[in-house]
Amino acid sequence: MTASTGTARQTGQGTGGDILAVAREQVLERGEGLSEAQVLEVLRLPGERLTEALALAHEVRMRWCGPDVEVEGIVSLKTGGCPEDCHFCSQSGLFDSPVRAAWLDKDRLVEAAKQTAKTGATEFCIVAAVRGPDEKLMEQIRAGVAAIRAEVDINVACSLGMLTQAQVDELAAMGVHRYNHNLETARSHFPEVVTTHTWEERWETLQMVRAAGMEVCCGGIVGMGETLEQRAEFAVQLAELEPDEVPMNFLIPNPGTPFAHLDVPQGPDALMTIAAFRLAMPRTVLRFAGGRELTLGDLGAEQGMLGGVNAIIVGNYLTNLGRPAEQDLEMLDSLKMPIKALNDTL
Amino acid sequence: MTATVSTYCSFCGGEAATGDHDRCRARLSLIDPPRYCPECARRMVVQVDPMGWTARCSRHGETTSASRAQR
Repeated sequence: MTASTGTARQTGQGTGGDILAVAREQVLERGEGLSEAQVLEVLRLPGERLTEALALAHEVRMRWCGPDVEVEGIVSLKTGGCPEDCHFCSQSGLFDSPVRAAWLDKDRLVEAAKQTAKTGATEFCIVAAVRGPDEKLMEQIRAGVAAIRAEVDINVACSLGMLTQAQVDELAAMGVHRYNHNLETARSHFPEVVTTHTWEERWETLQMVRAAGMEVCCGGIVGMGETLEQRAEFAVQLAELEPDEVPMNFLIPNPGTPFAHLDVPQGPDALMTIAAFRLAMPRTVLRFAGGRELTLGDLGAEQGMLGGVNAIIVGNYLTNLGRPAEQDLEMLDSLKMPIKALNDTL
Repeated sequence: MTATVSTYCSFCGGEAATGDHDRCRARLSLIDPPRYCPECARRMVVQVDPMGWTARCSRHGETTSASRAQR
């Protein structure tokens, strides 16, 4: 490293000037997300500039998204026994994980949606650990979505893996509001994370979802051995997709998975990533998802909410537990961040 | 599930009296439901929902987040 490069890394002064000053003009004023090289500059900022980066990301979120926070609950309709080998996932049937297969019946599914709605959430996502839905799962989705829409005032989202065009069309027709399918990580890193299908196959499903009129929810997991360069690459690949929502997860090293040996991402690293992703995608719904409890704790969650995040998953996740919903709702109240009302557009 | 004898660690399934389970306890207190029956170490069928969980052992029956909280 040359002396001049070292100085640049220590201060955030890239070839185009200080990256946060550039971002203030480019992202905050003009609403134009950072490029890959610029995201990388943010990710490389020294720790003493984290507060500044978060503050700018928060300004960007307030300017381009507003103060509302979108609250969501999720539930696993079909747990475990998945034929895919996503290395972070305890639900793969290919690993020696303690997670056993389980199916949720319709009554409990509807009850979960009711519990979620009681928190003020506007989104309820039904998730299945599958490569893609078979007819049995589609039949359960038909019955479950119809029952929830009849009984609960909440938007229904689904996350069922890779879809066929016919399945995309049917989900749209049954009123599924949003479809989640995470790209998980940068295209260049994906083969280190999943070998049973490709990044491109996921991308194709997302394009079909968009074309069918459903909102696109697509994010990933931070801390799966990717480099900072790959993290910047991922941010920009997501931005190119123009997703309505980006859920940000932080790796939970689960027993039995190939990533069980990896460390839990460090809080400051995770927070700088949040700021960088917000600066890459000024208008998207950026959601706190799994792993924040381990990586960030209570204080870090607040810092994230004041650093670009404008949506959260409340309550539990699919196989892991979250903070009690009341705790997150109290946090939003103390931060004076209103919960987005149903049918409002962020 | 009736008894509360914790012969086995609910996180890793190892003998509770053997080895270091500090990390297991930390995970169970923060983000994990029990995965192994504390009485026989069988893997349990666990369903997590937004506000709680149920865990069923084929030999020792079902426990829930609500029943665990009441203990």
